[in-house]
Amino acid sequence: MKSTQMKMLLGVVTALAIAVVLAGCPPAKTPQQALPLPPKPTPVAKPAGEPIKIGAVFSVTGRSSPLGDPEKKTALMLEEQVNDQGGVLGRPLEIIIKDDESVPDGAVKGANDLIEQGVVAIIGPSTTPSTMPLKEICQEAGVPLIACAAGKAITDPVASYVFAVPQTNALAVAKCFEYLEKEGIDRVASIYVANPYGEDGQNNIKAIAAEKGIKIVATETFGGDDTDMTTQLTKIKAAKPEALICWGTNPGPALITKQAKTIGLDVPILQSHGVANQKFIELAGEAANGVQLPAGRLIVWEQLPDDDPFKSLLEDFATAYEAKYGTAPNTFAGHAYDAFWIAVNAIETAGEADRAKVRDAIEQTEFMGTAGEFKYSPEDHNGLTLDAFVWVKIVDGAWQLIK
Amino acid sequence: MKPTRRPPPQAEHGSIVFRALGWLLLAAVVVAPIASGNGYLLTIAIFIGIHAIIAIGLGLLMGYAGQVSLGHAAFYGLGAYTTAILTTKAGIPPLGAMAAGIVLTAVVAVLLGAPTLRLHGHYLAMFTLGLGIIVQIIFNQARGLTGGFGGLMGIPPLGVGYWQLDTKPEFYIAVIAVLTVTILLANNLVHSRIGRALRALHESELAAALSGVDVARYKLLVFVISAMLASVAGSLYAHLLRFVSPDPFGFAFSVELLIMVVAGGARSVWGPVAGAALLTILGEVIAKTGEQIPWVADLDVILFGAVLTAVVIFLPQGLISLTSRLRRRSPTAPSTV
Amino acid sequence: MSLTDQLVQYLVTGVSIGVVYGVVGLGLTIIYNATGIINFAQGEFVMLGGMGAVALVNVGLPLPVAVAVAVAVVTGVGLAVERLAIRPLPATSIMTLIIATIGVSLVLKGGAKLLWGREAVILPPFSGTQPVRIGTAGIDPQRLWVMAVAVLSVIGVQSFFRYTLTGKAMQACAINRAAAQLVGININRMVSLSFALSAVVAALAGVVLTPVTMMRYSQGTTFTLTGFLAAVVGGLGNSLGAVVGGIMLGLLESLAGGFIDPLTGGMVSSGYNKAIALAVALLILWLRPQGLLGRQKKEAL
Repeated sequence: MKSTQMKMLLGVVTALAIAVVLAGCPPAKTPQQALPLPPKPTPVAKPAGEPIKIGAVFSVTGRSSPLGDPEKKTALMLEEQVNDQGGVLGRPLEIIIKDDESVPDGAVKGANDLIEQGVVAIIGPSTTPSTMPLKEICQEAGVPLIACAAGKAITDPVASYVFAVPQTNALAVAKCFEYLEKEGIDRVASIYVANPYGEDGQNNIKAIAAEKGIKIVATETFGGDDTDMTTQLTKIKAAKPEALICWGTNPGPALITKQAKTIGLDVPILQSHGVANQKFIELAGEAANGVQLPAGRLIVWEQLPDDDPFKSLLEDFATAYEAKYGTAPNTFAGHAYDAFWIAVNAIETAGEADRAKVRDAIEQTEFMGTAGEFKYSPEDHNGLTLDAFVWVKIVDGAWQLIK
Repeated sequence: MKPTRRPPPQAEHGSIVFRALGWLLLAAVVVAPIASGNGYLLTIAIFIGIHAIIAIGLGLLMGYAGQVSLGHAAFYGLGAYTTAILTTKAGIPPLGAMAAGIVLTAVVAVLLGAPTLRLHGHYLAMFTLGLGIIVQIIFNQARGLTGGFGGLMGIPPLGVGYWQLDTKPEFYIAVIAVLTVTILLANNLVHSRIGRALRALHESELAAALSGVDVARYKLLVFVISAMLASVAGSLYAHLLRFVSPDPFGFAFSVELLIMVVAGGARSVWGPVAGAALLTILGEVIAKTGEQIPWVADLDVILFGAVLTAVVIFLPQGLISLTSRLRRRSPTAPSTV
Repeated sequence: MSLTDQLVQYLVTGVSIGVVYGVVGLGLTIIYNATGIINFAQGEFVMLGGMGAVALVNVGLPLPVAVAVAVAVVTGVGLAVERLAIRPLPATSIMTLIIATIGVSLVLKGGAKLLWGREAVILPPFSGTQPVRIGTAGIDPQRLWVMAVAVLSVIGVQSFFRYTLTGKAMQACAINRAAAQLVGININRMVSLSFALSAVVAALAGVVLTPVTMMRYSQGTTFTLTGFLAAVVGGLGNSLGAVVGGIMLGLLESLAGGFIDPLTGGMVSSGYNKAIALAVALLILWLRPQGLLGRQKKEAL
């Protein structure tokens, strides 16, 4: 290459680099001063005094960011809403969000920081491994923790300060089996992502299949960064299942949906609520059509009958979220919504920002949330009594509620 | 940041006042987290201590044996998982489990190092990289033993008999004690016959070999020691969290360790300690700033990469070399990392 | 589905994933040959090629133009990396070089994250989604594009080194730097060129891969690691060896995934397939340090 050409190339690169830097800089992301919220009917008094602090630990980056990122967005949005409507106990609410980078170390550092900053309660973390060490830390420090992770060990055995909002894997899997029974399918294969979310799903699949007498003819795993699952799918195809259940979050399940078609595995594909977002349809393309899954009512709130008790709360949340972030909220955003309101309501009920009193109030909580109807008790810190999962099918690239 | 210094080759050149000040400052920094009574500072300090123990080992390997390990997180993980499994499933007391972890990692390191350290080039880097990936897969897949992706809980606190280190300050003191022992050991090693031989080796492997130094054996020794230190750190980590899961022991952490060592300076015992402190604090500062200005939170990866590249280019001896420049007021001779 | 049908599918899958490892390994080989550097940012070049093309398609460029521009930009990035991070290095020990390129890989990864976010992105397939059938086995038509790029890259690189003066000069640099300089070869230019060439191969691979595997900012590391192993197993520095090594790794992975758990009666789960492929690769290296197709290098005294 001649040196003049080389210089030109370098020049182009420099120009591009500058353009890139300019394009990538701050103005793109300022959720703090986003769109105005839907107008409130009555003007309320501005909150005053010392802010009340609630902590949050989410996996905003790293492997579990498909969970933590929408959770963070939800918490920020709700903080703003609460402060626009007069705050908590007349005082401003401050949400302090810690990113655990999808590893427990980050959660431990974050939680210790939050506790020292005097938060009244902590919501999150997003995953079970991040939550386990916090169970002990929060219990010892006497800080209420409302986890957004689904692992059984979080609330069993019960630690008095530790609560959880999702019980979704068990309930979601149950929905899948309702479908299988209805279709008279008794041979099913499963494939799940190699992380706690996938493993918890698989454990539930095993348990419920045994209970219902449905045979699991093949079980496979895939890594979160894997890009080719045809080997696993070939084994599954050889086992001749009548349906395939896949438990994971993007992008793996989208690849599986496509690759099943490629190798000619033509059985109904059931996905988990982990892919109940528009990104899945975008990534899986044509192949997404026909996929069925249990999803929170959130994603199909428009199709719910008007007398559905959840409809108005979902509508408020979904429209506000979409107006602010341009995408629909997913199940995990819903977990953050539930945890947030349970914490805020408990502070209101306790009447003061006292950790022990707030804990007592949480244990008395009865609450309608995105994941269902919560009713905590001293023995039950999971509290979901009526689940909010519905059965959804993708038709022509859109979600359709199946009754 | 910790005040850091390294014993220069000609210690007499450093003024006594400077040394005394350095030690005083170091003592103050070590005591500060306890004195503050702040649980967050203590937690950060404990993590810095644990990371420093591994980093010192990796520093010995890189600075004195001239070899790089891309899978040190695996040794860290082996220590953590040995402690977790033996204490929860076999009821073995913490110190026994820690010792078992040290033995296990030493065996793995010998098996890996013996064939590769006789070869020139990238072989140790390659084998450690492969080991890291394989070990990570085992942590994930050997569910009966490791608890799989969800991890293993119920690890008891560190302690002997009635003496249980179940509060943060106590645990911090234990970590500092182990770190101190590590620093003393490393210093001894560096100034011993082996250390001198290794330094000679670093200058010219050929010359060292010709003068009768068994190059491969010394390299292996340093590699095994560095793996054992990582294992000790892993056991401490398991007792700190009382829980282990596979994610913290992946390639990403091996790279983080590399940054700590390179940024601090591999050719001094204090360099990696400074690197561990610097990287952890920088990470926290970025995260904290990110809470106020969201896009800053995404800068971490790019910034760590830039620090790493910049240090190799402009400060091949690491940031620690700045202190000796300051002390001696004369630039250090440029040399390899 | 008979056992033979399964076997055919495993072979097809193994080759199609192995080719990707191989083509990344090929890119690594080019730089290694000219400079002795293992470029740990190679996977990031692949990722940038894919994500760059998506970004350009999203701003409205037609696909072929987007591909061309993306490859050109990544080539520029390759040149910039060499100029800004490799050339200024004061020392060139193996360790320093590894560390510098790891630093670069983090910068590129972080840059992609900042610029394009954390979500996976995808390109439309180049020639439909109707699977190509080989007996009962199926393969995504896009995978054939990937294979074509791999084959063309190998042929291109091999003939470059063998038949062009520049290629020969570049090889001379690798064999003996000082001697090459003495006969008037501009070493710096050769090194730059090797980074550019390697970036072209990587970016092309990234672009053709994105429609089948999608692309995410964090994916580069996996590409580098697998490509590195492919190159090493094939014999570091041998461009055909890299692709052979990659295909071997891919086959091992897919066959282990398919057969390990029936063969061991379910004792060893198929989740170990990558670990098994890797262990075999390391074993090969242990027995034959110069790799499958590599020649034993004489130790320079």
